[in-house]
This record gives sequence, structure tokens and C-alpha cells, in this order.
Amino acid sequence: MLKVEGLTRRYGDQTVVDDLSFSVNEGEFVALLGPSGCGKSTSLKMIAGLETPDAGSIELEGKDITDLTPGQRKLAMVFQSYALFPHLKVVDNILFGLQARKVAKDEQQRRLDSVVELVGLQDHLQKKPGQLSGGQCQRVALARAVVAEARLCLMDEPLSNLDAKLRNEMRTEIRSLQQRLGMSVIYVTHDQVEAMSMADRIVLMNDGKIEQIDVPEGLYNKPKTVFTAQFIGNPAMNIIHSDNQCLGIRPEHIEIVEEGRPARVISCDYHGADTIVLAEIGEQGGTTEIIKIRYPGHAMFAAQQSISVHWKLEYEHRF
Amino acid sequence: MLKRFNLKAWLLLLPALSLLIAFTHWPTLKTFWRSATWARSDAAPAKFVGLENYEILLDDPIFWKVIENNLWYALGTVPTSIALAIAMALWVNSKIRFTGLLRLAFFTPTILPMITVANIWLFFYSPNIGLFNQLLALIGINGPNWLGDPDLALSSLMIMTVWKEAGFFMIFYLAALQTLSPELFEAAKVEGASGWRIFRKITFPLLMPTTLFVLINALLNAFKLVDHLFILTKGGPNNASNLLLYYIYETAFSFLDSYYAATLTVVMLVMLAIIALVQIFFFDRRIHYR
Repeated sequence: MLKVEGLTRRYGDQTVVDDLSFSVNEGEFVALLGPSGCGKSTSLKMIAGLETPDAGSIELEGKDITDLTPGQRKLAMVFQSYALFPHLKVVDNILFGLQARKVAKDEQQRRLDSVVELVGLQDHLQKKPGQLSGGQCQRVALARAVVAEARLCLMDEPLSNLDAKLRNEMRTEIRSLQQRLGMSVIYVTHDQVEAMSMADRIVLMNDGKIEQIDVPEGLYNKPKTVFTAQFIGNPAMNIIHSDNQCLGIRPEHIEIVEEGRPARVISCDYHGADTIVLAEIGEQGGTTEIIKIRYPGHAMFAAQQSISVHWKLEYEHRF
Repeated sequence: MLKRFNLKAWLLLLPALSLLIAFTHWPTLKTFWRSATWARSDAAPAKFVGLENYEILLDDPIFWKVIENNLWYALGTVPTSIALAIAMALWVNSKIRFTGLLRLAFFTPTILPMITVANIWLFFYSPNIGLFNQLLALIGINGPNWLGDPDLALSSLMIMTVWKEAGFFMIFYLAALQTLSPELFEAAKVEGASGWRIFRKITFPLLMPTTLFVLINALLNAFKLVDHLFILTKGGPNNASNLLLYYIYETAFSFLDSYYAATLTVVMLVMLAIIALVQIFFFDRRIHYR
């Protein structure tokens, strides 16, 4: 339903978004993922109409919306800071767009009732945003986006201002809300866990360009570039250089065994469910590489202890 | 221990307090007292006359004229300069080129002393050689006598005052605008609100604290600023542009009636006090919604 073609944005002689093309299907949750400053927020703003692209086109439901004002595009957006109007009550914040678009009063009420129940704000409608907690503010912002019943909802790092526990809760909540309502969503985040757990498809960006567009399993199992391989997964994939090739192997795919490649332990980092073992492979004195190994349970290796590691061939990635 | 702390506190307050008492509170009290006395000349001993001076004041047509003038002056300058200040602030806060130059241009009238401003405007307003009338003559209109016509004199003063004040108030609005998150306006735009609606529903309400602050200051200034009268009209013609403070000055130093001037001063003090009280109550109760 949304088709972005060759979208480009320059600030001076710096190209922050370079020839971005992707599409969103009806009811699909697409994440724009990438490190800070990779141009994902700028891309979202161009789709919203808050930034003017230097080149490229945006098509929504078959119509070119590149030159429309933000209001004419009839999209909904959730901002990182929530962007709630501090002087308006929660109910007026939620209904702001409907009032601006002159939706009939009884229709406003009907939509308000359903959305308020959906996000659980019944007791807070008459409060001002300043009297709410971060999680509640997030819900108001969400309600304001949902109540618009827009064709496409844009979310710009909506969870980054919440603490870890709340973030996990809201993640599930937003995802289930999106699936229940069949919303089409573009979700900007720098957090790979958010993207992996929520999105149907991920557009991975780096330095203004698209690295890879794929479903979460695709990004994890079949990364096409070293950047993708190292960005997805935690700890990052080990890259072992040999000749003019790179060999990639994920820490969770390396086993510590009796017989195998020799390695020396450097340190252990205990995480509870598993231990990240930092080790050195290769000949001592020759070329060595430092790798990370995810070891289930609590590993007790001494520094400099010799171990043997092994991985199945199917887990190897070559770049 | 407590006593010594108190003593220290009072010692610290002493310099400011003594200045305030010597130059504000004591003269104020003396003014109140003087307004209740009268003497034939400054050399003669003053005698207590109670409210007699106030009775004269109620019968003084010039007093009522300057009060009326002052109210019109406030009504004409305050809302206009606030509206202009907001408009200018919004303009120089937007993403246009040369905002630095624009800000400077808008702020220049504020830097100039009132006397200088009045002299510039005296040239604008002069009947024959003045800028306005020369411009009007170019399109074949015989310009009025801006400052000499009783129907125009006060309005001419108001226009100049607005020009002088709006730039100053703009600075406050500009500062306030820059504290507002741009995401608020982006959100409003995405929601489909028109520019006017965004201003009415978002910008203006969020600027309310600034507006109240500016409003009070503008009102006080409307009563306090009279420097330009000395240059432009001296309150004339026939008191058409006279204001309360200038009338007090005239009474005291031209007519040499310091007792009646004291009476007028008391009236002015009471009016300013009322404005100040409104300020205190509004500021403390209304505006802290964040």
C-alpha cells in the first residue's frame, strides 16, 4: 500500500538518506532499523511530510503523495517524545486530530470510547499529560494515533523513553494492538530486539542506505553483508578473516568440545542463563582472532586456559 | 542561635532595605501625607485639609481628560503591540533566511532611548516636511497635521509607542517559542490541523505565561512612559494627548502646585498597585500547568 522509491535527502553536501526504496503491504508491520544517525528518522519524516525529499517519490494506495502537506496525507504518527499537548486534557489530546478534521461529534465519541478501552485510559481522560506517568503518556500518544484510523501509522522510536520493564510490556501491547486492528505500521528503532520481536519485515539501514530488507529470520539466518551480520544478534557475530574472505559465525553456534579447533580463554562474562566466553583462536604467535562464545549455564574457565571449539558447517556465513 | 541567624539575615537585608525605604517607601508615605495638605506657596506652612484635594480632583476636567486619554492609550497600544510582537516572533522563529537581520531590525527600536525615538518620529510626523506627509504628497494626498490635530495627536503617539514596544515584547515571545518542542507542531501538522488552528489551539495557549507577563508590563508602561510627550506634543493640543504622568509633572513643575501633584500621584500609585496585584494573583495561580 505504501511504496517508497529512490527517496534521497541531503543536508549540505552530506547525504543522510540515499536512494531509499521499500514498500509496506496492507496490515504489515515494517521496522526501519539501524544505528543512530543512519537516516531512519529522516526517512520517516519524509514519509510523514515533515521533511522534503531532494529526490524520490512516495506512493500511498496508488497515489503519489510526495508533494502533499502532512495533514493531507492523513497518516498517524507516534513521536519519540510523545508530543502530547501539555495544556490539553488527555481526552482533547486524543481527539485533537478528529476535531481538526471536523469529524462528526458522535463519531468522535464512538471512536474515543473504543480506543480508550483498547489502551486502558478510562480513569485518566480528564487529566493533563503532566499528571501521567511515562507509560500512560505513551498510551495517550498511541490512542491519538489509533483513533485517527489512518491508513498508515508511523512510529518514531516510541519506546525509547520508557524503562526496560515497561518497554517490554509496551512492545507486546503495541504488536497485539497492531494485529488486532490490522494496522499498517512503519516503526523506526535502533533496538534490534524491538525490530526482531515486533516486525513482519525489517528494513535495515546503515549510513543512509539500505543494507538488507528481510523478515527477521532472514536477517538473522541469511545476512547478506558483514554489517547486517554484526548488527543483528547479541553478542554480535564473530567475523574471522582469512585470505580475502570473511567467515562469520554466531557466538551461540560455537560449542566448547573435547576435540576441535584449539583456542585460549581470555575472560568469562556471566549473564545468568549463559556465559559469554571471550577466547582467542589461531596459532599462538601467528595470526589470531578474538571470538565470543555463548556458553549455556555458568562457565568457569580460567584465563589462558586451553579449550577446543567447534561449529557446524551449516552455521558458517561467508562474505 | 536562631537570634543570631536573624540578626545576620537583617544585616544582609539592610543595604537594600535602607535604599528602598529612603527612596521608595518614605517618599510614598510623604506623598500620601502631602496629598492631604495645602499651602498658598512652597514657602508658606502647609496645613491639613483632609480630602479637600481629592474633591478638587473629582471636579478637575483635565484630570478626567488625562485618565480617559491614558485608558485609550493603554487600550490602543497594549493589545496591538502584543499582537505585533507575537506575529514578529513567529516570523523570525520560522525557517526563513536572514532571521538574524530581521531580529535585529525588530529589536532596534527597543535599544533606542525614548527621546531619540520621539525625535525620529517628530521628523516623520512634521506637517510639511515630515516623511509621512511627503510620501502622501507623492500620491496626491494632502497629509494631516499628525501631532497638531486634537483628533489625531493621541493616535499618533500610540502608533509610535507600538513601534517602540513591540520589538521588546517580541524578544520574550521568541524566547518562549524556542522552549517549545518542535515535535508538538509536527504532531499537530500530521493530525491535519491548519496553521491558524495550530496557533489558536497550541501556540497561543502555550505562550500564555509570556502573554500575561508582557501584558502586565505593557500596562505598566502605558502609565509610566511619557518621555515622548516632552518632544512631540507636550500633552497638547488642548490636553488632547496629555497623559496622567505628564499631567503630574506639569502640575508640580510648571504650575508649581506640589500638593495637587501629590494627590494625582496617589491616584496613579493606586492604579499601578492594582495592576501589580492582578499580576501577582494571576502569576501564582493560573499559569503553572507544566
